[in-house]
Parts: sequence; structure tokens; C-alpha cells
Amino acid sequence: MFFIKLGSLFLKFIRDCGGIFLFFWQSFLYTFIRPLRLRLYFKHMEFIGVKSWLVVSLTALFSGMVTAYQVHHALVKFGGQSVLGGVVALTLTRELGPVLTAIMVVARAGSAITAELGSMRITEQIDALRIMAVNPVQYLITPRLWAGVITVPLLTAMANLIGIAGGYVVGVMVLGIDHGIFMARMEDMVELSDIMSGIYKAIFFGAFLVSVCGYKGYYASGGAEGVGRATTEAVVISSVGILIFDYILTTLFF
Amino acid sequence: MIEIKNLKKSFNGFEVLKGVNLVIPAEQILFIMGQSGTGKSVLLKHIVGLLSPDEGEIWFENRDLTKLKEKEWTEVRKKIGFLFQEGALFDSMTVAENVAFPLREHAKLSEREIKVRVEELLTAVDMLQAKDKYPSELSGGMKKRAALARTLALNPQIILFDEPTTGLDPILQRSILDLIVELKEKFNLTCVLISHDLNLAFKYAHQIAFLHEGIIVEVGTPEKIRSSNHPFVQRFMESALL
Repeated sequence: MFFIKLGSLFLKFIRDCGGIFLFFWQSFLYTFIRPLRLRLYFKHMEFIGVKSWLVVSLTALFSGMVTAYQVHHALVKFGGQSVLGGVVALTLTRELGPVLTAIMVVARAGSAITAELGSMRITEQIDALRIMAVNPVQYLITPRLWAGVITVPLLTAMANLIGIAGGYVVGVMVLGIDHGIFMARMEDMVELSDIMSGIYKAIFFGAFLVSVCGYKGYYASGGAEGVGRATTEAVVISSVGILIFDYILTTLFF
Repeated sequence: MIEIKNLKKSFNGFEVLKGVNLVIPAEQILFIMGQSGTGKSVLLKHIVGLLSPDEGEIWFENRDLTKLKEKEWTEVRKKIGFLFQEGALFDSMTVAENVAFPLREHAKLSEREIKVRVEELLTAVDMLQAKDKYPSELSGGMKKRAALARTLALNPQIILFDEPTTGLDPILQRSILDLIVELKEKFNLTCVLISHDLNLAFKYAHQIAFLHEGIIVEVGTPEKIRSSNHPFVQRFMESALL
């Protein structure tokens, strides 16, 4: 019985992986088929990107502040607190910025995407699109995919800046590190490739989270309970997937 | 005209349609009747390509619809409208935006022309006063009327109605069917309706077909159905006309 359950879970995992990839690929290819519906791209960029700025800013600000405290605590043990600015900036640009931004976007926008699409599925609105000779994937998913790919890196850049500002406030104003040293070490230690590595991750996370949340909502079934289940699965898979892919991308490219 | 030949469909090993044969005559009203869960909606969904059959053919305008690729369905779906049981209106759009949707997608009209056309369609279904309301603010009957206006937007030749009167009071049922008849005359439509109400079928149908155990067991005019000897049709009539 245990092995049957384990096997069926494994099969579901494989099916979901294949399904999500094909769903992403199909959505991507529809970018190049008319009509373009540019208005929808801007609408979803506003929803996924603009409306996530506050939650991402708050997360970045407090992450930067707490990182500065924790790193400072470790650095004082061997008198290296002067490099605090560099360490905080590196931590944020390479890891915390893209990962926390993507997870917050999953929580705020990804869950809403799944719930909206799931609700459209069970009330036959997706079928209604097909009946009206409109391709549902092209109409519903492709603009969201690009909205994720464009706005998650932009939010990440913003999160990096705000996080570093939070680190500066704690490092310079609370812990008493010299402003000039904080800034100079940051300039010394952080290179453009560090910032870009985080941005590349964010582009990947943007596509990944929309593909997962879109897929789960698009194929939701089982009424209101099914939509709830799909939303939970989408958030869990996206969040855990972001952390796993963060590790894989880091080991592969950086 | 649509001709369905030997249509079969199973779900998880359970055979719902076991070889349906049916001719849907042009510019007539055909009622499909049968017990709940016998595959009436499944049958209609095959005609618009929402489901693919395991076996069988559906002929429309000299083409077998079961062989069409998704891309080829686009033109067919502009000619065959489908009215979902709950309307399937987009809940993020107002009634007017719902009706305008297919026009914006397919008709090469200016915004001004779309507005005029939307008002014409909403007037035809007596829903102009609710054009700025959202679907959540509408009653069941109003949703069906709005969905009907949206279905009519692309001037289809055929409209398939999935239980258009279910859940409505008798007065609303009559008004929806009177509207369907009126629109059928006005736009020369072919209408296929799923219903459980035999009284309504006898009053409004040109043809009635009975789906039972996965096949069409009887089809004909209301007069022919009244004199049918088929045991299921007789049992259905006895139960419905008590």
C-alpha cells in the first residue's frame, strides 16, 4: 500500500513536471502568433509587478536590516565588521533579492492567478473562450508569462536597492559603521556580474512561477474545493521549486 | 444541417455515448431529452469540439468535425454558438463587455460600431437596462439572456443550448423559449436544446430526440413522439405528464 501511494505520487510528480514544461512552451510559442493583445500584457504587468511593489519592498527592507544585524554579529568575532556593506549587498543581489521577491510574488500574485484561472475553469469560462474561437492559453497565459518574466527582475532590482538601504540603516545608523567604509566595501566587493546573476535568476523565477500557477489553475477540477487545492499546490510547488532551482542555478552558473 | 454518425465516448472506462446517430435539421428547433447523466451535454460538447470522440463522425458543411485540428475549429466555432447552462459569462467584465468580447476578437469593427451592435443585441434579449452590471449582480434568467446575446454576436447559424431553462421558474422558462423562437425566426437559426421538460418540448420543438443508454432511441416530431411505442419514451412521458 505504501509503495502504491509512493509510486502514484512519483507518477503525479513526473506528470506535473512534463505538463508544466509543455504548458510553458506552448504559452511561449503563442507569443509569436497573432493577435498580440498588447493591452493584456500591460494589464498583467500591473497586477503581477506594480501591485507587488509594497509587499516586496517591505520584505526586502526587513531582510536587509536583519541580514546586517546577523552578519555584523558574525563579523565582529574576528574584527571584520568593515566589510558589512559588501557582504549585505552580495547576499541581497545574488540570493535574497531574487529568491524573496519571487516567493512574495508567488504568495501575492501567483496564488491569485491560480485561483482566478481555476474559478474560470470550473465555471466553464475557459471553455467559453474556446467556443468563441479564442485560444485560452494564448489569451490567458501568454501575457501573464511575459508579465512575470519582465516584472520579477524589475522588482528584484528594486528589492536589492531597498534591502541594501535597510542594511545601511542598521549598519551605519544603528551599529555605527562608518558611512564611507560601508559604501567603499560595497563598491569593492560587488561587481556587475553579481547583480546580473540575481537578475537572470529572477527572469527564470518569473517564467517558472507563472507556468506553475497558470498550469495548476488552468487544469483545476473538482469545484471550489478543487480550486483551493490547486492554489495550495501551486504556491507550494512554486515556492519550493524556486528554492531548488536557486540552488541548481547557483551551482551551474555561479 | 449537422449529421452525427455512430458517435462513441467513454470516460475512465465508462461508455457514455455508445453510438449516437442523429441528424440536426437546418433552421429547426430540436430538443434532446433523456434522464440526467445520460450524456446529453457530452453530445453537444462534441459538436463544438470541447470533447473529442473515441469513435464516430460529425458532419457539418461537408467536413467531418472530428478530424479538425484546433486551429481549424476557429471558423467552425464562429458558425456554431454554444450557450452554457450557467451562461459562463466572464465575471470580470460587465454584461456589455461580455457581449462586446467576441466582436472585439473577431469582427473588424470600430469601438463605436461595437457599441451600437452590443446595444442592438442587448435590446434583442431585453437586457439593455443591465448592460453595466457584472454577472454576479444578475439573476439566473438574466445571465442566460446576456449569454445568449454574447452567443448571437458573431451571427452563428446554429446555437446549442445546454439546459437553457433549468433552474428557472415557469414564467421565465416560457419567456426564454419565446425569446429563442423569436431569435430563431429573426436570424434563421438552427437551435438544439437540452431539456427535461416535455411540456416545453411539445410546445416549442420541431423535432424531439431521446437519448437513452448512450444511443438515440427515438427521434421525430412531437406528434410522432406522442405516439411512440418505445418503452423508455413512454415511461418518460408518463412521468413527465403526470
